[in-house]
Amino acid sequence: MILVIVEQREGKLNRVSWETLTAGQAIAAETGWPLEAAVAGGSVAALATEVAGKKVGKVYSIENAKLEPYTPDAFAAALKQFIASKQPKLVLMPHTYQVRDFVPKLATAMGRTVISDAIGYKKEGEKLVFTRQMFQGKFVADVSFAGDAPWFVTFQNGAFRGDKVEAGASAAPVETVAIDVADGVVRNKPQEVFKEAKQAVDLTQAEVIVAVGRGIKEQKNIEIAKQLAEALGGELAASRPICDSGWLPMDRQIGSSGQTVAPKLYLALGISGAIQHIVGMKGARTIVAVNKDSEAPIFEIADYAVVGNLFEVVPPLIEEIKKAKAGS
Amino acid sequence: MKILVCMKQVPQKDAPLKLNEGGTWIREDVSYEVNEPDAYALEEALRQKEKHSGEVVVITSGPARASQVLREALAKGADRAIHLEDNAFVGLDAYNTARAFAAAIKDEKFDLIFTGLQSDDYGYAQTGVILAELLGWPHATIIMQIEKQDGGIRVKRELEAGFFQFVDMPLPAVLTIQSGINKLRYATLIGIKQAKNKPMRKVTMAEVQSALGENLQRIEKLYIPQKTKKTEMIQGSPGEMAKKLVEKLRNEVRVL
Repeated sequence: MILVIVEQREGKLNRVSWETLTAGQAIAAETGWPLEAAVAGGSVAALATEVAGKKVGKVYSIENAKLEPYTPDAFAAALKQFIASKQPKLVLMPHTYQVRDFVPKLATAMGRTVISDAIGYKKEGEKLVFTRQMFQGKFVADVSFAGDAPWFVTFQNGAFRGDKVEAGASAAPVETVAIDVADGVVRNKPQEVFKEAKQAVDLTQAEVIVAVGRGIKEQKNIEIAKQLAEALGGELAASRPICDSGWLPMDRQIGSSGQTVAPKLYLALGISGAIQHIVGMKGARTIVAVNKDSEAPIFEIADYAVVGNLFEVVPPLIEEIKKAKAGS
Repeated sequence: MKILVCMKQVPQKDAPLKLNEGGTWIREDVSYEVNEPDAYALEEALRQKEKHSGEVVVITSGPARASQVLREALAKGADRAIHLEDNAFVGLDAYNTARAFAAAIKDEKFDLIFTGLQSDDYGYAQTGVILAELLGWPHATIIMQIEKQDGGIRVKRELEAGFFQFVDMPLPAVLTIQSGINKLRYATLIGIKQAKNKPMRKVTMAEVQSALGENLQRIEKLYIPQKTKKTEMIQGSPGEMAKKLVEKLRNEVRVL
């Protein structure tokens, strides 16, 4: 059996959960293994019903007051019991911050392993092989399980199409599962989730984004990217290291810990293209990358590649844009 | 507070990487550096020690070259180092790496263990959490702030899309540290000099072997990703490239 564990927060399933379900459906179709799903939390029956509308054999609603708010101790304890009782062959989850927080603990508690942040799978004969990026996306590896099932896999945000998830012919049965989380298991005391400051810039609405990465070298050089963004009538954004250095505020950060954008044009200056950045911008309609390293992973997803020194390329580019705008 | 920092040596960010002949791993004749989040983990440990006193111990596994990250950590202020030295450590999966670390520190008593949130080579983002489970300790991941308080610590977890959360937890605990939690320091000349006299314990594969098992996951093949997109190269002098690009932006991307 393939078990997809979807993720909910505050009573809502996140988009990447549907992507993981799509992956589960595809693997089920290829292997002939039955597909089931589960959702865990304080009160998740309604969400289980929502998932049951998709093409799945069964949906489990794992409810326990100790699962709300989320803690790795409660989730690992509850899911360990559940998985041990169901004995799935394959357990699929989205590679979210929450899953990253508990799934290595869960798998270790069961003496198993997790192939994390996978971007796809292949069936080679009887063997399932999962692909994942390594060395910051410079290489891809085919990874297989060498030990016993259950095999745990987490899928990267955007690896599958959530809107391609198949609906079921009729609603799948929903089973409520009673799980016991003993007192004293949960050691962490999480406080309320909050946002640091009200987000000043909503980059998700920008049609044009000029983003800078480490290749910009110094804080004072941000100015040239800013001029380019202004010339294009777009917003300025950055990869994480730039915001970590305080060269641009955190609310201009694109990537897994920042904003996810899909503009008409994404112009990446001196961004190598680490996975954590790519997941935040690969939905852009057109990607232009300027980087001096011809092997930078950003070029893998670029529509237009400029291999060169951004400090030489950007000034004439600003001039040409101004000319083009003046002439139009 | 007695803090252990798990560190890893990884290929330099800009280093051009090549596959080995079998396509199973990279050719190792490249330049290496400390895994970036691990550098932040070390810095955080040093700052905690400066505030609350105690000891900072750094640990790594890998061949002789990996001791460079330990020497740098000692020069920045770590008190002593543990090196699990063997080329075979490079090929361990996260579960086995965590088991090797747990075995190597079994006689130690730490209050906190820090790791970087993930490595720039494998990118598993798992070793710290696995280590916590093996030790039976609580953990928290992707940490941006640590405050000592009565009976434990309060940490700030980074969540997705700009959200954060404070978590109170008891000690001992394992924390995985996010880049940008602090500002990194440079080693001083005097630090570099003092580092030479600081203890570095070597641990052989034989000493921890009994704690390890077969890898539970296997890298079958490593390869250059297949392009899914057709990329058009813009070539010429900077001026020519600018002209060509603007033409594309106007006629094809239609943003001008």
